[in-house]
Amino acid sequence: MLTMIGKRLMFAIPSLIGVVIVTFLLTRALPGDPAAYFAGPAATKEAVEQIRKKLGLDKPLIEQFFRYTNDLAHGDFGNSLTTGQPVAAEIRNRLPASAELTLLGLIVSVVIAIPLGVLAATRPGSWLDHLCRVTTTAGVSLPVFFTGLVLVYVFYFRLGWSPAPLGRLDVFTSAPPTVTGFYLIDTLIARDLEAFRSALSQLILPATTLAIFSLAPIARMTRASMLAVLASEFVRTARASGLSPTTVIVTYAFRNAMLPVITTLSMVFSFLLGANVLVEKVFAWPGIGSYAVEALISSDFAPVQGFVLTMAVMYVLLNLVIDILYGVIDPRVRLEG
Amino acid sequence: MTAQPLLDVQDLTVEFTTRRGIVKAVQHVNISVAKGETLAIVGESGSGKSVTSYAVMRILDRAGRIAEGSVMFSGIDVKAATEDQMRDLRGREVSMIFQNPRAALNPIRKVGDQIEDVLRTHVQQAQVADHGEKAIEALEQVKIARPRERYHAYPFELSGGMCQRVVIALALACNPQLLIADEPTTGLDVTTQKAVMDLIVELTKRRAMSTILITHDLGLAAAYCDRVVVMEKGRVVETAKAADIFANPQHPYTKKLMRATPRLGVSLRDLLPEEDAAPVMAGLDPAIHHASQDSSPSMDPRVKPGGDETSKPLLRVEKLVKEYPRQGATATLGKLFGRKPPLEPDAFRAVDGISFSIGHGESVGLVGESGCGKSTTSMMVMRLLDQTSGLIQFDGEDIGGIAPASFARLPQRSRIQMVFQDPTDSLNPRFTAARAIADPIMQLGDIRGRDALRARCEELATMVGLPHNLLDRFPHQLSGGQKARVGIARAIALHPKLVILDEPTAALDVSVQAVVLNLLQDLKARLGMSYLFVSHDLNVVRLLCDRVIVMRTGRIVEEGSSEQVLSDPQDDYTKELLTAIPHPPLQVHRDSLGA
Repeated sequence: MLTMIGKRLMFAIPSLIGVVIVTFLLTRALPGDPAAYFAGPAATKEAVEQIRKKLGLDKPLIEQFFRYTNDLAHGDFGNSLTTGQPVAAEIRNRLPASAELTLLGLIVSVVIAIPLGVLAATRPGSWLDHLCRVTTTAGVSLPVFFTGLVLVYVFYFRLGWSPAPLGRLDVFTSAPPTVTGFYLIDTLIARDLEAFRSALSQLILPATTLAIFSLAPIARMTRASMLAVLASEFVRTARASGLSPTTVIVTYAFRNAMLPVITTLSMVFSFLLGANVLVEKVFAWPGIGSYAVEALISSDFAPVQGFVLTMAVMYVLLNLVIDILYGVIDPRVRLEG
Repeated sequence: MTAQPLLDVQDLTVEFTTRRGIVKAVQHVNISVAKGETLAIVGESGSGKSVTSYAVMRILDRAGRIAEGSVMFSGIDVKAATEDQMRDLRGREVSMIFQNPRAALNPIRKVGDQIEDVLRTHVQQAQVADHGEKAIEALEQVKIARPRERYHAYPFELSGGMCQRVVIALALACNPQLLIADEPTTGLDVTTQKAVMDLIVELTKRRAMSTILITHDLGLAAAYCDRVVVMEKGRVVETAKAADIFANPQHPYTKKLMRATPRLGVSLRDLLPEEDAAPVMAGLDPAIHHASQDSSPSMDPRVKPGGDETSKPLLRVEKLVKEYPRQGATATLGKLFGRKPPLEPDAFRAVDGISFSIGHGESVGLVGESGCGKSTTSMMVMRLLDQTSGLIQFDGEDIGGIAPASFARLPQRSRIQMVFQDPTDSLNPRFTAARAIADPIMQLGDIRGRDALRARCEELATMVGLPHNLLDRFPHQLSGGQKARVGIARAIALHPKLVILDEPTAALDVSVQAVVLNLLQDLKARLGMSYLFVSHDLNVVRLLCDRVIVMRTGRIVEEGSSEQVLSDPQDDYTKELLTAIPHPPLQVHRDSLGA
């Protein structure tokens, strides 16, 4: 198992190098002149030129690249042009916010979607099956900003059950000392129940928004995969051996049906992590997605590079986890390690 | 028949609700099985034999239901029983063995655990000390070596025969009274088939169990069963004692089925129903047809020994070797499970230095069990696979040096063609029959223009006996036999000199197989092609081939004329293969079949 993980990580190295090169070139090819943007509209030509020199943008591309990789090797992602903050620190602050939100949304979604998919598959054509179909169709067809806004309107504005959608904590609560970066966990470690409640109540609406959106692929995949497995010959054998329906569905069908669902899960997770900008915007969430988009708009290439690199690393790690999970579930996969 | 049969099926009708309305898969079927009796249900695909058994177990699909009739199992009304009662019955009183053992086992669960699941369901904890021990015992009884170790194996780590033994262990774990075996040996090698069938019979006889053997193979039914039920299109057409039914079949369908079964002492033409025995192909030159009809193939006019064409063989293969590096799978497996590494050398020789030749107009059978290297050999000759070393000479030209990737675009490609094993899988589901047949012509042929192409397709369709109105259908709208014809038409579209037939009839019913084999024989005579017929079935090979090559573990163990190899085998392995084939006692009674 350890050799498999090691091998996997080795395979990831070339793709990471590729990502470094491509992001570097792409950010340089972005339209707009960062020096001009940084200098402001009123700056003179000389001032812009000076800034360009300061940023190292006057050097040949290859030299810029080596400087960039050298910095990367020292954990330096560069500084943001707009905020002046080091990118690494910003990402370190913002990634847990996104991850916490995405994970919670995904957990909610899985807890609902998988049982729904399984039940729909075992009772095709029943009201549960139709419910599954309607829910999933609604889930994907409503854009996340719309569901987010509706939730805010109903639960904050109308009913007043949830707090104002303004970030991870309400204004009166101070952030817990950072351990994991996940407020739900950090507040518990700090035994600050008040802050925990505040963090949770801030999380519920955006997490629900994400859950509604990600429900669809997971439930659909579970249903389809369960249907295929239930029609397979070994399930027939299990039924012909008189095994109880629970054993047949859980031990025989469900475990086999999980393989494609896990793949879907990983895709949904990585998609949500980087792409839920709209949700982050609606709920003023200090996440990594909105950070990257803002940087992109202002031609601020250091954060964009940092973001893409971070996502690439996340992807590699996520795929590793999925592979390990696959190996745990399916003995046939272990061979190929 | 005893007064009170163990299983009594009366007037059973099973309906399936489909999009096109209600389909009656089984109609008014009466079957009874006495205690300790072995009954065969014989029929071709679509005869309803499997559906009948599913109805007995009440494991029909959601769409299926028992519409009429009654199923009584040792006094229990199966139709009226609750689902809980049925579940208690399944596996404990009635159990089932399925076709394709590998698919019948949960791929990601240890086989021992799967047996234990059944034991846990049906046997009280108080009655056995340890379910695990009982499962190991069950594995031991199906003669699996080192059962304690195999308990922890996953299905993919076991061979097909071994998997079927596990399925049998699973079915017999709770000592049921009735075992239903649905095509238990289809897809297994003949020697494995014999071992598995012997095992089933031995175990069921010892426990005085009743058995229903569902099969399409008359030989198997004759060799292992007391009584035979013949089904056709959802109805029972004949029921009789095994000895009687072969001596004196009553129903025309039974007779047809028996005629179509390849067996000793008959020629290809004998397989066809009497009324069809003469013309197989429309538009066939009567002279050639006649010649091939009353003939052992060596008398075929085109295969004259010593003729100027045959002096040089069409295909010459010398010291052909294919090695695969032995890494990954077995080594990692060994490491993972702490087993000692295999003692074999690093490279695995799938084909180990074989030499043979095929003359012009000759058909050669390449016979052996799975893993013997016959398919690898045919792939190398076909230039779909590179050989490790050795010479392949085709029509005086060394084709062994041409890389498979570039061979596809060379003119030689058109001279070696192939008919594949599965007629369904080898056709593009999005191509019509005409498009499939035209495909090689469009790639390599010289016929251009829509109308010319269509004309050629129709000509080919006529040759293989495919009605022209079927040419615009898609594969799923064609029957198995029709798809086989499309595959053959495609293979002969470019006037090949050598056609490699890779078990072309393995997926077909016997009556369809008989027609397809005859068609292949006629085409060979008419077009002067040579065949390399790859098969595991000696009986079928004998019918079509002049010479037979028997392969085992990558080597040729015996080679000679078909008659000689089959009637007087020299090698022990060939003898083993031959004795493993179950023969229906038909040849004695050929007169009664009107042959």
